[in-house]
Amino acid sequence: MSEEKKFIRFMSARKVAAAFSLAAVLASILLIAVKGLNFGLDFTGGTLIEVIYEESVPLQEVRNTLETNGFESAIVVNFGSDTDVLVRLPQGLSPTLGEQVLSALRADSPYDVELRRIEFVGPQVGEELREQGGLAVLLALIVVLIYVAMRFQMKFAFGAVLALAHDVVITLGVFSLVGWDFDLTVLAAVLAVIGYSLNDSIVVADRIRENLRGMRGYAPVDIINISLTDTLGRTLVTSGTTLMVLAALALVGGEMIHSFALALLVGVGVGTYSSVFIVASLLVAMKISPEDLMVPEKEGAELDELP
Amino acid sequence: MLNKYPLWKNLLILAVLGIGLLYASPNLYRPDPAVQVSGESSGTQISAREIDKITAALTAADIDHFGAEADATGKSGLVRLKHADDQLHAQKLIQRALGDGYVVALNMASNTPDWLNSLGAGAMKLGLDLSGGVHFLLEVDTDAAVATRLEHYSTGIKKKLREERIRGFVRLGEQGIIRGKFSSEENRDKALSVIRKEYTELTAQRVAAPAGEEAFYLEALLSEAKRKEIEDYAVGQNLTTLRNRVNELGVSEPLVQRQGRNRIVVELPGIQDTAEAKRILGKTANLEFRLEARYDAEPSDREQFNFRNPGRGEPSAWLEREVVITGERVANAQASFDENGMPQVSITLDSEGGALMHRVTRHNINRRLGVLFIERKSRTRYETNAAGEEQVVRVPYDEKKIISLATIRDALGVQFRITGLDAPGEAAELALLLRAGALAAPIDFVEERTVGPSLGAENISKGLLSVQIGLAAVALFMLVYYRVFGIIAVVALAFNIVLLVGAMSLLGATLTLPGIAGIVLTVGMAVDANVLIFSRIREEIADGASPQHAINAGYGRAFVTIMDANITTLLVAVILYAVGTGPVRGFAVTLSLGIVTSMFTAIMGTRAIVNLIYGRRRVSKLAI
Repeated sequence: MSEEKKFIRFMSARKVAAAFSLAAVLASILLIAVKGLNFGLDFTGGTLIEVIYEESVPLQEVRNTLETNGFESAIVVNFGSDTDVLVRLPQGLSPTLGEQVLSALRADSPYDVELRRIEFVGPQVGEELREQGGLAVLLALIVVLIYVAMRFQMKFAFGAVLALAHDVVITLGVFSLVGWDFDLTVLAAVLAVIGYSLNDSIVVADRIRENLRGMRGYAPVDIINISLTDTLGRTLVTSGTTLMVLAALALVGGEMIHSFALALLVGVGVGTYSSVFIVASLLVAMKISPEDLMVPEKEGAELDELP
Repeated sequence: MLNKYPLWKNLLILAVLGIGLLYASPNLYRPDPAVQVSGESSGTQISAREIDKITAALTAADIDHFGAEADATGKSGLVRLKHADDQLHAQKLIQRALGDGYVVALNMASNTPDWLNSLGAGAMKLGLDLSGGVHFLLEVDTDAAVATRLEHYSTGIKKKLREERIRGFVRLGEQGIIRGKFSSEENRDKALSVIRKEYTELTAQRVAAPAGEEAFYLEALLSEAKRKEIEDYAVGQNLTTLRNRVNELGVSEPLVQRQGRNRIVVELPGIQDTAEAKRILGKTANLEFRLEARYDAEPSDREQFNFRNPGRGEPSAWLEREVVITGERVANAQASFDENGMPQVSITLDSEGGALMHRVTRHNINRRLGVLFIERKSRTRYETNAAGEEQVVRVPYDEKKIISLATIRDALGVQFRITGLDAPGEAAELALLLRAGALAAPIDFVEERTVGPSLGAENISKGLLSVQIGLAAVALFMLVYYRVFGIIAVVALAFNIVLLVGAMSLLGATLTLPGIAGIVLTVGMAVDANVLIFSRIREEIADGASPQHAINAGYGRAFVTIMDANITTLLVAVILYAVGTGPVRGFAVTLSLGIVTSMFTAIMGTRAIVNLIYGRRRVSKLAI
């Protein structure tokens, strides 16, 4: 094929994209630092009681009941529906608190009060979970860095890891901005975002590597543009199907999985954008060239033989 | 060129599909709500008599039931119910019909056919967030256990030095360091060699005296290995104790498991009354050492108890009312053999217990010392309240039984032995009971999660609904976008879910709510491999390749990409599994299994179908 290949010039928008990403990341960091994350019970410790009333009750009444029983610091909200009531108490209280609250509510209500769940997390456990969570995210990024550096090349590895960090920070930023609960399942979702976004970045990087090796007569920037154009259909289709199932999960999956689904929706959205713009832009910025890929040639040739 | 898989590959795919279907199939048999009955003590047999009582009680109350039977060992019995709503009512009725001495627990009875069971197939286990129940995380205060042991060493060293006539001053200081102060260097060195010889688990060394002091110091520390051993022992013993206590609660499939260095997870599916569960799990030591009463003792000073295992001779004995020590003072109990090769149990007390024991026993040599094992049980009473409703009243009581009655041969101290046991088995059981009754270290509740049954059921139905909707949406999209190849991808996707469910059932993995979310996510991401392959095929066709060549090249070139992308995701899933607990682990498991099964179905599975459709003939156009 001798004629010019048609492609979209993604990289001409890379300065705009970089400015946008930088602004979003800075804003997210600022938000997390100033406003903080709305940590759920898993991380703060404390007690949570969810009950369902036979008929809807005014929350003020529930608050009054709790106050007269000595639980002044209780936070009372509806959860999902107006008969479903969530009571949250701060840490530092005894593990038997859940039952005390439940019996206080039962004694004072004309309606039947059904227990949905009680969660008690000791302050120490909360702190440990927070530490482990941060550690997990860092560990995941390091492992990815090493794997990509081995399979591809250091420039790709930096690009991929920066893109992942970008996705994680912005996802956390959105959680801070909207004030959604950040619990253990959301942390799992953030790690899943790392996995997903990486999947996306690898597909793009893989095509860039292939084209850098195989195509002659194009500038590296155009090779990247061509690669992005080649993979655009796949990127959109996969993100589309993933977002579809996540939307289903967020809409009908129930309250307990809601934050989890939201975190993935945000993360997958950002991850799709970052695999097109961040990874590729960074490769251009780091002046990727076919020479960078000379060494692992042998390994690639061998793998291409596989079915 | 022709795209054709060799016969063995097609057979392999069929075999995997077959095995997947086989092991996934038990999940289609919905379990029946059931009530399980077992004896409170291991000796109780469930026979036809008990089963008759159960069926009579249920028939009288008009509860639809079937399949009541005792299991082959006679240890437990099971009755299945038509309606889940009747479960709690049936439990009460059965408890009442059988009376005390039986554990009556709610259960879900599997309906998996026997031939599947015999192949090791069974339905997936449900996590507590789906089945409802209580999860506790308990922390063992291992520091307390170490402190007790150090105290014991410190008193031991003092005593030893006194015996060896080495004058000095020994005390247990901060951070678990035993410090010795001596007036002469000779005494200090003698003390050091005594400690090194007698207490190999301690690391002892000379230390310089503080400036301006005319004294000689030494320090002894517990070695790291020994400290870990003490901690492990404390956790292990609490595990045994908790297992015994959990059995009192009457739960059909409890889990008691160590987690990390000093924590224990207790999961009780189906339990509603968390207060009762906490009371039983958190209760303290339950052993009492008492002297046998003299024949002329005042009736008010003595009490009669039965033996736990009335083997030979007397079924009961009279003990004094006064308690010498309780189980809290027991640090360890181990079965072993004496010099003559006879079974024995060596008991170690803490220093306070040793002192008390010494004080009492030195004046009572040749009398007998009894050990009482206390179990908390409850009787059930039925009362009718003012509103005419029947109420179940559980009256807890302590059941005390003698587990050992042995003659005191010598004044007892911190360490003593019970000999004269008949068999090594008897010694082992006695040691186990002593350990179960003692409490190695205090335990605290650090986490609790209770999920009510309605929330669990709702989580299942909502989770399944989102899987269905997600699957339908993805399938529709693929059919529209890739036509014939879309159908192939959807078939592979369905095959993938079957394999995933089969693998989870086979591995005995637990399905949790985040686990269901993992399946949903897998559905969304599993098509990725096919999307990669299909867009490659489209590109090849656009580049002018023949259909057969395009198929081959598409699969070939997408393979490396798919491998790279999935291996990295798998690495992240493994990290998630390593750091996560409970439900999050469930997510990591479904995600990683999903990645593996999806690679198989999306690459090999679809290729086989594509080969069957297009492989053996000339094709001018692909519907892609």
